[in-house]
Amino acid sequence: MSFLSIRNLSVRLKGGPPLLRRVSLDVAVGQVRGLVGESGAGKSMIGKAVLGILPPSVEITGGQIVLDGTDLLTLPPKERRRRIGATCALIPQDPLTALNPSHRIGPQITDRLVDILGWTRADANTRARALLEEVQIPNPDRVLRSYPHELSGGMRQRILIASAFAAEPKLIVADEPTTALDVTVQKQILRLIAGMQARHGTALLFVTHDLGVVSKVCQHLSVLYAGMVVEDSAVTDFFAAPRHPYSAALLAATPKYTDPAAGLHPVPDAVIDAVRAEVAAFDAGGR
Amino acid sequence: MGQCRHGVGMAFLRLLAIRLLTTAITLAGVAVIVFVVIRVVPGNPIAMMLPPGATEADIARLSALYGLDQPLVTQFGIWLGGVMQGDFGTSITSRQPVLDLVLGRLPATLELSIMALVMAVILGGAAALTGTRFRGGRREGAIDVANGMALSVPDFLWGLVLILLFGVLWPVFHISGRVSPALDLPFTTNFYLFESLIRLRFDLWADLVAHMFMPALALAIPLAAIIGQLLKQSLKETMNLDYVTLARTKGYGETRVILREALRNAILPTLTLVGVQFTFLIGGTVIIERLFSYEGLGNMAIDAVINRDLPLIQGIVILFAVIFTAVNLIVDLLYAVLNPRLRHA
Ligand SMILES: Nc1ncnc2c1ncn2[C@@H]1O[C@H](COP(=O)(O)OP(=O)(O)O)[C@@H](O)[C@H]1O
Ligand SMILES: [Mg+2]
Repeated sequence: MSFLSIRNLSVRLKGGPPLLRRVSLDVAVGQVRGLVGESGAGKSMIGKAVLGILPPSVEITGGQIVLDGTDLLTLPPKERRRRIGATCALIPQDPLTALNPSHRIGPQITDRLVDILGWTRADANTRARALLEEVQIPNPDRVLRSYPHELSGGMRQRILIASAFAAEPKLIVADEPTTALDVTVQKQILRLIAGMQARHGTALLFVTHDLGVVSKVCQHLSVLYAGMVVEDSAVTDFFAAPRHPYSAALLAATPKYTDPAAGLHPVPDAVIDAVRAEVAAFDAGGR
Repeated sequence: MGQCRHGVGMAFLRLLAIRLLTTAITLAGVAVIVFVVIRVVPGNPIAMMLPPGATEADIARLSALYGLDQPLVTQFGIWLGGVMQGDFGTSITSRQPVLDLVLGRLPATLELSIMALVMAVILGGAAALTGTRFRGGRREGAIDVANGMALSVPDFLWGLVLILLFGVLWPVFHISGRVSPALDLPFTTNFYLFESLIRLRFDLWADLVAHMFMPALALAIPLAAIIGQLLKQSLKETMNLDYVTLARTKGYGETRVILREALRNAILPTLTLVGVQFTFLIGGTVIIERLFSYEGLGNMAIDAVINRDLPLIQGIVILFAVIFTAVNLIVDLLYAVLNPRLRHA
């Protein structure tokens, strides 16, 4: 059963070109869907649409975002916000900019619990402490009292992960959660997210441009090109036989850990031309 | 952590020491410049004191009495020696100690300036918050227009406009003085507004406010516009930052996001400039106090200049310089308190 079901979602720059073209994808309860595509394909835009944080310069022109059986786009803004806050969370891309520099860490983890979900401060603090232990932060009491600038990038990302899991959300959007980190830290963080996701049974929409990561943590995969979903497959099927030429080329362009010497095959021009033609045909056909 | 707190103390002490040193140098510089300038410009204070028909000998005698016949350097030395002992000399016109006169008027000007600052922060803050809340819409446009108007007219002209509005057309406020002369004042200090609150004399407080309202508002309007513009700009930039976006996903509404997440960080860049602008505002009290016959330092300064009361002018200028540096110091400390990065640096 899907917790999140996006149907034919179209987004465009206000008075400008489309950014998402009838995107459909599902994230099943407790499962992980990878969302891959080159930079600018619209991966983050999908996550933002789900979480209700689209920039004011863009608008949704059609489709549905069904969360737990309710189309978010039909709800009044306040109710939509409350629902998203209560059931969804974001693990952002850049831990250095995602924490408020003038608030201590503690309140940045507990704020949603206290302000939105009505927990007592004491309960929320206990919870925050337990979460920091779960994300393997040493000396959690001290960290809860720290300011962001006193902590490393890796630590901050752990905190953001803890904060995302604080209210036991049903769905987490992780937007390239390791790209901004040191290579040595990336693997630990990835393992941490995968472990937390499995333990808490949280559905996860995992935005990445690394197919290697997808093969490790995801059950399903959507490949995006120019705001259009060109492939939607189970991960095992995808790695056995990608269905779309573009995603096949993408797979071929990914270095293999088993055989790094095999060399990279950049996506051939012919494939790019073909997928561009597809996008053009889509636009010509009206949405 | 212990080591960290130690670091905070040291950093704070160093900041304070540096500031005190630069303050001393600044004040010394101001003292020299004022001392020289007011003696170089033409006009003999003694001649102005004496009745018409006084002889050259009379003038010379009185000049000697005030030490004005000595060389400039000697005069400065005498004056500085006195200042070191808290003696700023004697006013030539009123024959009272300059320090008593100046400190007697200081509370009136401080109350006026702080009232103006509070008004400016409230008005400018409200404009910035409203403009941010409704950014991109008509309300933000209206606020920008109002800000532009407020900025394009200087404070004393706003004073005239206010006198026309609330003194003449719709006379709800007093247009001159600090307090109604008929009232019995039980005060022991010259901080009337403050003391009236402490003594719970709200009748007197209301009378004081009715006198202060227009001069304070006139001083506040341009500063309010600056605060409004700058804070709005910096709020709008902050609203696009990642941590604000993250807060939105937690379920916070627009207003709460602005107040909880953005405001504190957006205030920092505004704060420094408001400090500088506040010193301009205090400078503006000179003309505004004259316009509203408000018995403060500024009004006294103009009288002192008209009468060429050299010791009094010096005393007032030095006091203004002390106030300005104090304001700057307070702003710097406030900046450090509000910015956790500096607090722990
Ligand atoms: N704030 C914005 N305003 C206008 N266009 C934007 C904004 N953010 C992103 N875009 C555009 O939307 C498209 C998709 O962006 P994004 O979802 O961030 O890509 P991805 O995350 O896949 O790299 C890009 O063409 C980008 O230029
Ligand atoms: Mg992105």
